[in-house]
Amino acid sequence: MRLSLARDPAALPRLALALVAVAALWPGLRLTEFDPAVLLDPANAGPMGRFLAQFLPPAVTPEFLWLVGKSTLETLAIANVGIAAAFAVAFPLSLLTTRCLSLSSIGPARNWRRFAALRYPARLLLVLLRGIPELVWALLFVRAVGLGATAGVIALAITYGGMLGKVYAEIYESSATRPAGALMEAGAGRLQAFFYGVLPQALPEMVSYTVYRWECAVRASVIMGFVGAGGLGQQLELSMRMLNGAEACTILLTFLVLVLLADAASALFRRWLA
Amino acid sequence: MNARGIALLVTLCALVWGSAAFLGLDASGVFTLEALLAFGAYLAAFFPPDASGPFLAKLWIGTLETLAISAIATLLAAVSGMAVALPAAGRFGALARHAARLALNALRSIPELVFAAIMVIAAGLGPFAGTLALALHTTGVLGRLFAEALENTPREPAEALLHAGSPRVAAFFYGTLPGVLPQCIAYALYRWEINIRMAAVLGFVGAGGLGQMLHVSLSLFHQQQASAVIAAMLAVVIVVDEASALVRRRMGA
Repeated sequence: MRLSLARDPAALPRLALALVAVAALWPGLRLTEFDPAVLLDPANAGPMGRFLAQFLPPAVTPEFLWLVGKSTLETLAIANVGIAAAFAVAFPLSLLTTRCLSLSSIGPARNWRRFAALRYPARLLLVLLRGIPELVWALLFVRAVGLGATAGVIALAITYGGMLGKVYAEIYESSATRPAGALMEAGAGRLQAFFYGVLPQALPEMVSYTVYRWECAVRASVIMGFVGAGGLGQQLELSMRMLNGAEACTILLTFLVLVLLADAASALFRRWLA
Repeated sequence: MNARGIALLVTLCALVWGSAAFLGLDASGVFTLEALLAFGAYLAAFFPPDASGPFLAKLWIGTLETLAISAIATLLAAVSGMAVALPAAGRFGALARHAARLALNALRSIPELVFAAIMVIAAGLGPFAGTLALALHTTGVLGRLFAEALENTPREPAEALLHAGSPRVAAFFYGTLPGVLPQCIAYALYRWEINIRMAAVLGFVGAGGLGQMLHVSLSLFHQQQASAVIAAMLAVVIVVDEASALVRRRMGA
């Protein structure tokens, strides 16, 4: 190919940049033990080939389909209860952390220091809750409460509680603050100001975001099953551990359909609300 | 509140209650004094986190490994994503376009962790399996974004080069690529951020990095080491969050 390096004035710097980038990546390749040759190693390629070869045809015995159906329902149920519990965590924390109910925003308040002092720990708690991935919580709670759905529900409640709480607080703050301010100036309590001044505007966006998170929770609850938190993921992990490709294929297809349906349901619900 | 709102609320409550009943969840079992005490004892074993010198050194290696997995995987995915994005943007005919789109959709909809479990079979335990798994899923995501960028970029520069007699490859590199490259790099960096977080947990199925350390230390009941690993994960997530917010503010302003 005559791209003719001589005619591209930037060719040399680009080449130099590429070489520098490769040199910078070298330690990364070492750290990741990058070696495509292991894929062809008969000790790996043999089991992998057999596993993939079993994918067709998928397992469709009635007992197995019954098991998959039950696990799918379990996954959905984990997402439902998990999101409800996350809401119960998020809503009070979002009230504590939001700035738009701050009394000092409407003038000197008597004990604002006490409330401000409460806001920062609550905010830190939200960061902690959502900063640790749900999979880690699931792994921890599987060891605390045993294998099964309970660990998944608690993990969702914690991580998604943190996420919802942060986003709710942001939604309150981005909506108009005048109504709440006017109510508080007229002597309304902070909760009254919230329910009559903030919530009516913020509700549609909150619902929309919560539904979107429900959709993510369906996906997450499948994944959490991998560490033993029940549902479809746990079945998939079992089938993979036994290198049963036919079962793994059925479960993967079920998972894809479930995610598509959850997508569609959440889109439909949000359009219906709008 | 209107009638529709109330009906909705009742339906949702029934749905959640039904789900809890189906799972056989029993809140009263979780909140008994004994259960709470047992749980408190379980939690107490995690403190204080292990901060001994040798373990911190291992933790540092694990963090670097996690960063390396995410960086190499994102780079691989950017290259292979571009390779699939070209046919997916319709540059090699309609048949190739549909085939490439189907492949990208399949890669995108299978979660990283499932790929990781499969790759552990194909490449053995260790960070290489995690790298491949992340790269596969990210190829699906980036390939689709790149294909959209390619479709939306103006065709005139490349056509001008072609009319002037330039070969097709040169027309792509000098006419099309400069237009889409900034957007593609932005997408790749955004995915890298997500992949760092993902790489930290992929190890649960044996795919290297901090996740594998956490899994091992929990399995050996070394709770104090486990809490140190979790603290490292939290630190990685927070640093990445802050760094990306900083970069975004710099670029946006």
